[in-house]
Amino acid sequence: MAPAELSDAELVRRLRAGDEAAWAIFVERYSRYVLAIATRAYRLREQDAEDVFQELFARAHAHLASLRDDSALRPWVAQLTRRLCVDRHRSAGREELGVEVDEAFAADTMERIDEALAVRAALATLSPDCQEIVDRFFCRDESYRQIGTALDIPSGTIASRISRCLAQLRKSYEGSKPPPPPSGDRDD
Amino acid sequence: MTDDRSPEEWLAALLALLPPAPEAWLEAARQLPAARAQIDGIVARAELDAAYRARVVSDLEQALAADGIEPSEALQRELARRLASD
Repeated sequence: MAPAELSDAELVRRLRAGDEAAWAIFVERYSRYVLAIATRAYRLREQDAEDVFQELFARAHAHLASLRDDSALRPWVAQLTRRLCVDRHRSAGREELGVEVDEAFAADTMERIDEALAVRAALATLSPDCQEIVDRFFCRDESYRQIGTALDIPSGTIASRISRCLAQLRKSYEGSKPPPPPSGDRDD
Repeated sequence: MTDDRSPEEWLAALLALLPPAPEAWLEAARQLPAARAQIDGIVARAELDAAYRARVVSDLEQALAADGIEPSEALQRELARRLASD
């Protein structure tokens, strides 16, 4: 089974069994999520975000046994990360960090991050070429020239490739969403 | 997708929320199980050798580095916690 096909529940089972490959999958799968919570939702600076990042995985490794529902890995990671971010703000002092914790902003951003994960899941259904070019342009913020050099493709073709891949992504994402309820059930 | 942006712009904005973590961070996280096993070794030695324990407690970073472990703050805290609980 490819790593991307492994459910969180199966991943947890393998982690509990001490599967080293499962640990690497867990880190890869949740690294962007943890980073996004730390830097976007809680607006930690890089050094503090790095400390939270490492602490999260250290605690996850130490306390995985406390996870009661194997399929609830993501909310567990989210809760741990949020707590670490809040603790970081409190221990460092607001003046030093420069930004107060705005829980409403953090909650709203967490929702967007969860939505972003759904978009990434849709991205994973596209061709490897599309995944690569979309990730490099939108997630890594690479220029057309950087992308062209890295992937050995003419930079003049990159815009159209991105456009095509985004259209495919839209189709995949919209296809993954549940259909709206019948109109008789709506409030509007 | 309910704001003024096109659906593609909306998707792109969401994707931008999830940049990759730096490779050094990923590698340190991947090495955690092995690092924690090595910390077990440090703690075991500290239990048997009071002088060694004192050296470790006085400089956690050096103790980890001497065992070839990248001394991240998270691992230093882990080592400190393990030594305190012994």
